[in-house]
Amino acid sequence: MTPRRYIILAIVTLTSALGDTFLDVGMKQLGPVSLHHLSTLLVALKLPWVLAGIVLLIGFFASYLTALSWADVTFVLPATSFAYVVVALLSRFWLHEQITPARWLGIFFIVAGVGFVTRGPAYTEHASPDPDARLGSKVAVPITGTVAQHGAKQ
Amino acid sequence: MIAAVTGLELTAMLSVNVITSTAGDILIASAFRHIGDLDVVKARSGFLGAAFTVLRNPRFIAGFACMAISFFSLLFTLSHADVSLVAPAAGSLTFVSNAIAARIFLKERVDRRRWVAAIFVCCGVALLKH
Repeated sequence: MTPRRYIILAIVTLTSALGDTFLDVGMKQLGPVSLHHLSTLLVALKLPWVLAGIVLLIGFFASYLTALSWADVTFVLPATSFAYVVVALLSRFWLHEQITPARWLGIFFIVAGVGFVTRGPAYTEHASPDPDARLGSKVAVPITGTVAQHGAKQ
Repeated sequence: MIAAVTGLELTAMLSVNVITSTAGDILIASAFRHIGDLDVVKARSGFLGAAFTVLRNPRFIAGFACMAISFFSLLFTLSHADVSLVAPAAGSLTFVSNAIAARIFLKERVDRRRWVAAIFVCCGVALLKH
């Protein structure tokens, strides 16, 4: 682990949390969308907060793929689940949402659950009977690795 | 909480999000498994050729469509409920459903440790609502 890699993991966490939070700010400005007027969702794409959220989530995806090109998903996943804690802090102190003790406990459970699964052995290498797919999920270009491992290791 | 939504409505909104994003993940994973190593494809037909191979793969297109629906359903849900509830719930439930779907459709192995973790995650999500 080099400092550069720590920075990328920090970017993964922050872009994911900020992206979701920005989308939330935008959608709260728009107000509740009715099932009968789903086209309102397209209007949402023009809101600055939603656009900024989308840009951040694209940044998240790019940094996530970058991280997966040198780290196992078992290593990157705790970072992404830690983003829920960041979301909780942002929504508490920036958006002034009420976060009950039960919700904090819930967030803790989720982070613990994800942390628990990521400490286990990774079975992906011998999960697939097809050697090409196995190779693909291990060493190929990031996107192949991401999606295959993403599905496999959760 | 701005929410005047009932638990049932919230469950429905999250379900649409989780199901479409899982379907997207699995379809795209399956598309890439079908296409094979992208480096090999790129060496054979160049960058544009590789991009074209991916973009015209029916499973990739279907997966991409699912991801798009999933994104809009996330926006829809966020317009009704708090982000401190939606983000952890949608994200972590997608992990769980991916584990189940990967086992069924991609024949991946999911061990006991992961099921225990999945139960943990589900308890956590249930607590978020309170």
